Amino acid sequence: MMLLTIFSGLIVFLMAFGLYQRSRPILAIKPLTELLFSTSWHPLRGEFGFFPFIMGTLWVTGVALAIAVPLCLLTAIYLSQYAHRRVREWTNPLIDLLAGIPSVVYGMWGILIIVPLIKNHIAPFFGIFSTGYSVIAGSIVLAIMIFPIIIHVAVEVFRSVPYEVSEASLALGATKWQTVKHVVIRKAMPGVIAAIVLGLSRAFGETMAVLMVAGNVAKVPSSVFDPAYPLPALIANNYGEMLSVPLYDSALLLASLVLLLVVLFFNIISRVILIRVERSIQ
Amino acid sequence: MEFKTHISVQNLDVFYGTERALKDITVDIPDKKITVIIGPSGCGKTTLLKSFNRLVDSMDEVKVSGKVFLDGENIFDPKVEITHIRKKMGLLSQKPFPLPMSIYDNVAYGPRIHGIRDKKELGRIVEHYLKQSSLWDEVKDRLHAPASRLSLGQQQRLCLARGLAVEPEIILGDEPTSALDPKSSQRIEQRFLELKREYTIVIVTHILRQAMRLADYVVFLYLGELIEHGPAEDILVDPKEEMTKEYIKGIIS
Repeated sequence: MMLLTIFSGLIVFLMAFGLYQRSRPILAIKPLTELLFSTSWHPLRGEFGFFPFIMGTLWVTGVALAIAVPLCLLTAIYLSQYAHRRVREWTNPLIDLLAGIPSVVYGMWGILIIVPLIKNHIAPFFGIFSTGYSVIAGSIVLAIMIFPIIIHVAVEVFRSVPYEVSEASLALGATKWQTVKHVVIRKAMPGVIAAIVLGLSRAFGETMAVLMVAGNVAKVPSSVFDPAYPLPALIANNYGEMLSVPLYDSALLLASLVLLLVVLFFNIISRVILIRVERSIQ
Repeated sequence: MEFKTHISVQNLDVFYGTERALKDITVDIPDKKITVIIGPSGCGKTTLLKSFNRLVDSMDEVKVSGKVFLDGENIFDPKVEITHIRKKMGLLSQKPFPLPMSIYDNVAYGPRIHGIRDKKELGRIVEHYLKQSSLWDEVKDRLHAPASRLSLGQQQRLCLARGLAVEPEIILGDEPTSALDPKSSQRIEQRFLELKREYTIVIVTHILRQAMRLADYVVFLYLGELIEHGPAEDILVDPKEEMTKEYIKGIIS
């Protein structure tokens, strides 16, 4: 049993090591900087520039956060500071439900609702032509998928602010909103950042739903209505299909390795912040 | 001794859910004196104190009936603006809870909330009230350091300065020295004795000796009921009620 425990703890490292081993052939030929920053993606000519995919990931994730963070924080503030206990009891399972929906379903919903909405209404409103399969479609779907984790962590963080600190502010004649704005948010700031980073690391790796609505064109997007091709989508779409092309699988495995390391990095950062927050409260 | 009334409590009842925390309290709190509320823990002392600035109603499932008149105005009247009531009272809680900001900003917080923007004016206010709570000399070189770095005793004096800075008429203290060492407690008590010339002070305490040192007027509560109240020399030296006698002798605590 102990061996099993150790094994499951080591799995992440084994995976990273395996990916590294398999991506060595391409690393032996091409410098890492060229792979990461070249925009030229022509596997048949032996050119593997990940830049469009990295930018695709950053665009989709960035816009998703821009949508999700304000909504989630306001929700968390409402739930932790204003809502009646009964409202909290009702909304918690509903938010959990959102976390339990399979990502394919989110993708389908995106194709059926969000993509046409963008194509027919939102993009024309700005005078732009778009197929609807775009950064913004991916971001909206992704934003909704990361709602639960950000809301949950943020609610916990806001509730961990001692009531007496709010009371001190109220006793000085501050209104509830002034208290929340100047005291509660400030006190909760490190934890809020951790909640956002946790959402961010989830968003980075999310594959299925984004792949279905983001358009998947290997070009650096220049607006939110352009299609994007995030890294996870690239890997999922191509691995196992085009392996006759030399070095292709090695390139994809390198992409996986990069993704794994980035997600791990953000996860560790958010854990460290959360642990600090807990300690500072005790 | 003649007392002028500042806060007048009339038939005050407070319920937490179904539990009745205060039972039909009627008492007058004298102006510019130190009133000490004594009684065993859980008897409703803090609840009474927090009804004065209506911090009771921010808790879940609280029901209040009765009236509390402050300067002739019933503070539980729905038309009354809560922030206006609270501005008239500075609160010192059991443990100091500095706001998550610098020493300077802690004191300037209240005045800023109430619309003072001028930097010079704020600086003057901060200095004045830090001096009044005898903290100025210890912190004047590090006003912009986080308030959380101060010692507990210093933090409590900072909270006093913070409360005074909104220019209240009344200071409410909820066992304000219970988390402090004897030396810091003494300093806070000394402040109170000086401040009562300008402010009405109401303190909750379970330390009988502290009540004897500070009180001009005493209110004795037991299990949510008002047992006895009156000038300190009457209540603490020669109480009329059996229950008060026993409490003061230390039989019930």
